[in-house]
Amino acid sequence: MSSPIIQLDGVRKIFPMGGETVEALKGVDLTIHEGEFAAIMGTSGSGKSTLMHILGLLDSLSEGRYRLGNEDVSSISRDKRAEIRNQKIGFIFQSFNLLHRSTALENVELPMLYRRPAVSDRREIALKALKMVGLEDRADHEPRQLSGGQQQRVAIARALVNSPPIILADEPTGNLDSRTGQDIMKLLTTLNQQGITVILVTHDPEIGKTAKRRIILKDGNIERDESN
Amino acid sequence: MNFYLTAFQQAISALWSYKGRTLLTMLGIVIGIGTIIVMVSIGQGANQAIQDQINRMGTNLLYAVSGSSKKGGVRGGHGSQPTLRLKDVKAISQLCPSVKETSYQINGVVQAIAESNNWGTTLQGTVPAYVSITNWGLQEGEFINEQHLRKVANVAVLGSVVAENLFEPGTSIIGRKIRLKKVPFTVIGVLTTKGRTPDGRDADDVIIIPYTTAARKLMGRQLPGMVHFIMVSARSKELVPRAKWEMEAALRQSHRIREGDDDDFIVGSLDEFADAADESTAIMRLLLIAVASISLVVGGIGIMNIMLVTVTERTREIGVRMAIGAKERDILTQFLVESLTMSIVGGILGTAIGIAASRIISVFAGWPTIISPESIVIATFFSGLIGIFFGYYPALKASRLDPIEALRHE
Repeated sequence: MSSPIIQLDGVRKIFPMGGETVEALKGVDLTIHEGEFAAIMGTSGSGKSTLMHILGLLDSLSEGRYRLGNEDVSSISRDKRAEIRNQKIGFIFQSFNLLHRSTALENVELPMLYRRPAVSDRREIALKALKMVGLEDRADHEPRQLSGGQQQRVAIARALVNSPPIILADEPTGNLDSRTGQDIMKLLTTLNQQGITVILVTHDPEIGKTAKRRIILKDGNIERDESN
Repeated sequence: MNFYLTAFQQAISALWSYKGRTLLTMLGIVIGIGTIIVMVSIGQGANQAIQDQINRMGTNLLYAVSGSSKKGGVRGGHGSQPTLRLKDVKAISQLCPSVKETSYQINGVVQAIAESNNWGTTLQGTVPAYVSITNWGLQEGEFINEQHLRKVANVAVLGSVVAENLFEPGTSIIGRKIRLKKVPFTVIGVLTTKGRTPDGRDADDVIIIPYTTAARKLMGRQLPGMVHFIMVSARSKELVPRAKWEMEAALRQSHRIREGDDDDFIVGSLDEFADAADESTAIMRLLLIAVASISLVVGGIGIMNIMLVTVTERTREIGVRMAIGAKERDILTQFLVESLTMSIVGGILGTAIGIAASRIISVFAGWPTIISPESIVIATFFSGLIGIFFGYYPALKASRLDPIEALRHE
């Protein structure tokens, strides 16, 4: 098997909540290898969102260790987390989260804007990414001129543009009809076949079936971890 | 650089999408900057007008007059005892290196009689240097020269007001005769019109004759070698204070005034008039600029307010930007550029309106106004400063948002 890209060791996340504390993750151990297609599943309140935030370096962990690639990212600064998100993780959201005043192309260019050192041929790279998701002819359209499926594909192009090793998709089909949802899942499968590690967060068992591995959370613990 | 350019483009497009709101927000800055530009241009125009008036009297002028005398404890007023003599003039020309030219005069009042007219006016007996020190030109003829002085010639140069009142307009005046205190004089020149002096007298109501002629033939009963007024020019504007000091020292020496005793003369410069005028306009200007500054601060608060609204409205956008890798500094820069753009555009609009308003004031109210490049640079600089100062807090607030909270924001 290939080398591990994500390693969690006894990760706990505790939130203060009105005087008391809530433990959203109660010591999670998890290893995901390069090139895996894994789904993190569970009902709301199971801790899957918190786990995704920690995996995506949007949040810090209270206890435990997190290794991303060869790097210990358990306790790094906010700016360092931003830098790693920029280069190692492509985010796909349920509600697409495109900037509505910018064109598809500008949206796709955005991650390169925050990249250091600066990227000079942003336009060409962004166009290539749009081509990969089949939307090169919609480059000048603003999000409101695009259908939901098209918007999500622009978002995927945006996630890909810095060539991250990991794609983190949070309910990517949640706002789409089932047909369009299937198209998006096919696209994610294709990306996975090209070697990108895809981590899917969903509560929908049907969508979860697309992944080769399902990690099911309950009450802040991994309840089941099954592979095809 | 690339990043800032993009940030600027994004700022423009963000501001453009809320045109009305942006314009209203900028209004405070526009009014503030516009007011400052107008005030400064009026102030500088007025100042220039005063300066011109003073310069018309002569460049870097200094003068000495008799001061108060003191005899047995009784102190007369200024000029109560004529104390200046020709030897003082000599002392000044010998002991004052900062003085370029020296002239002196005695003054009197005469009734001038031409063929069929007569006119009461001021008589000045002076020397050739007088015209160059006072920047005065001649309409026709020539000014008195050294030879006239030496020969105690009966020649006169007329101020334009005197010329108009003694002779028919359009006729040649040079070579015509006038009588002053029954002494016949030949008119050799007519001076150009100078206008009013800073103290309101009409400078052109004067007849000028050689000093020697005035002293010996018309005012003979007065003390020999007496001088009412010494007027000199300094070598440069910077040397005026030094020239004043040198003149005082020279006169004290010439009058044998001991240390600690009061001077019996007064030395002054026309710059003092200018300074006084400066001071009075400066106070006025300061007051108006204070008012304009308040408007700028109010404008800045307006920008801060709208930026806070913008940050709240675009919380989700901020979350997305953070998720895909924007650092705190990137978000801070983005919103600072936005408020800066707003305030600088406001500043430029205000400057344009201010310039237009100054022109209109110039044309309709007839006030002289001057738009200096400095005031434009300072206005733009200040509007930028306001954008950064009042935009900083909202931008900081945006940059400190928690990405997860921001992404959840509806």
